[in-house]
Amino acid sequence: MTREELKQLLTERFPDNAVDDAGQFLQIQVPASQWGSFALFLRDTAELQFDFLFCLTCVDWLKHLTMVYHLRSTDYRHELVVKCQLDREQPVIATAAHTWRTAEFHEREVYELFGVQFEGHPDLRRLILPDEWEGWPLRKDYEDPVNMIKL
Amino acid sequence: MYRETDIIQTIPGTDEMVINVGPQHPSTHGVLHLVITIDGETVKKVEPHLGYIHRSIEKMCESLSYRQFIYTTSRMDYLSAHINNHACALAVEQAMGIEVPLRAQYIRVVMDELTRIASHCLWWGSVAMDCGAVTPFFLAFREREMINTIMEETCGARLTMNYMVPGGVMFDLHPNFQRDAKAFLAHFRSKIDEYDELVTGNIIFQNRLKGTGFISKADAISYGCTGPTARGSGVSCDVRKWYPYEVYQQVQFDEILETAGDSYARYLVRLAELRQSMSIIEQLIDNIPTGDFQAKTKAVLKPPKGEFYSRVETARGELGVYIVSEGGTTPYRIKFRSPGFSNLSALDHMVRGQKLGDLVAVMGTLDLVIPDIDR
Repeated sequence: MTREELKQLLTERFPDNAVDDAGQFLQIQVPASQWGSFALFLRDTAELQFDFLFCLTCVDWLKHLTMVYHLRSTDYRHELVVKCQLDREQPVIATAAHTWRTAEFHEREVYELFGVQFEGHPDLRRLILPDEWEGWPLRKDYEDPVNMIKL
Repeated sequence: MYRETDIIQTIPGTDEMVINVGPQHPSTHGVLHLVITIDGETVKKVEPHLGYIHRSIEKMCESLSYRQFIYTTSRMDYLSAHINNHACALAVEQAMGIEVPLRAQYIRVVMDELTRIASHCLWWGSVAMDCGAVTPFFLAFREREMINTIMEETCGARLTMNYMVPGGVMFDLHPNFQRDAKAFLAHFRSKIDEYDELVTGNIIFQNRLKGTGFISKADAISYGCTGPTARGSGVSCDVRKWYPYEVYQQVQFDEILETAGDSYARYLVRLAELRQSMSIIEQLIDNIPTGDFQAKTKAVLKPPKGEFYSRVETARGELGVYIVSEGGTTPYRIKFRSPGFSNLSALDHMVRGQKLGDLVAVMGTLDLVIPDIDR
């Protein structure tokens, strides 16, 4: 499916969600509450088949957090970026680990570095840092006088 | 994640036992800690504990300029230092709209492929050693040493080259580079057949690898596997073919695919890739055009506001660099999508129900580099 067709299909099916065609990838903004069902829609719709989650990350915008999912279809070769805005105080979003298995590790990483809670995650524990670590290191307001050297 | 555990724990009421492999263990090739639940010799569960070499490179990059942050990436996948630098340079060039001179593009691709050969050589030696053969390790290092010497001459460094910069490469090629590279290829062509005779056809080695560590095509995609790990399961995912960068579009090479999905298939893919890399270098080495080796760029790089994603094929798979720019001199956020991280996540799925001894061989064919996973 070409980028134009993909854009058309998404705007027709989801008129409330903003589709952005300006960047390198086609982007769609999805409310965090809809993400779980939207992920299944992207993977299981016959003409979309987004079966490969090649990047999952989070960006701290100080007012809110944004989850960024980069998706590709290995058969059709089309790509899409899905973004979900999260509340910074109570960041909660449905897990994608049951839809794409690779999300399990990536979400554990985002959990410990940004403090995002993934609902329904099979094993949401810290992956890299020690268990007793305090704070969310990749957030912009994180301070650590011992381990961080300010440049 | 560091955690105090007993070296061996038994689980009451079952025959199962929890053992630790690593973080200091020769088969993990670095500081990877695996907590393994076994029943006799059968692996029930593998749980990787990471972070022993975590330096938070992503956080560091947020306070480094667009020229500086590239050097931290040489320390991620240290066997593919050139290719990591390449991915970052591509991302910055894409953000700034910099046109790279043709000479620099040729040099970059030749360097990438030499790096791939060196990386695969080291992998070949270590996978054979994981299966009990020590000689291949010395043979592979002999060939890798030649590449390191070539690199040292041009880049001034043997491991963390830091040769690729936004706009091109840092220095021009050493006058002896083409001669030495061609001499290496001539030497390596005879040695690669020796590799085949010594290890590939060896029945003991085949028995260790065939049928172990199986992952199906659908699972490889779902676990986000890329590179030779995925291509051993028949997933076509070579970034050089699908999203060509630099001069890869103009060279002739095949994407190696195997469909068996086991450790032996991954072994065959990597060995065949060595030959493809040699062929790519041969096509380019005599045709490097004259001209600038670096585009003229401003001293301080300030990409416009926006998001940029670049990807390259490292020796281990698809490396993605995701940059969020706010228009300043430092990136607002950088994410490195490292191939090893996703490949490692499939390890548990691959070895469940297999023998503990096979785990070592399976890990060998995944070609894990721990700093690439921890970042």
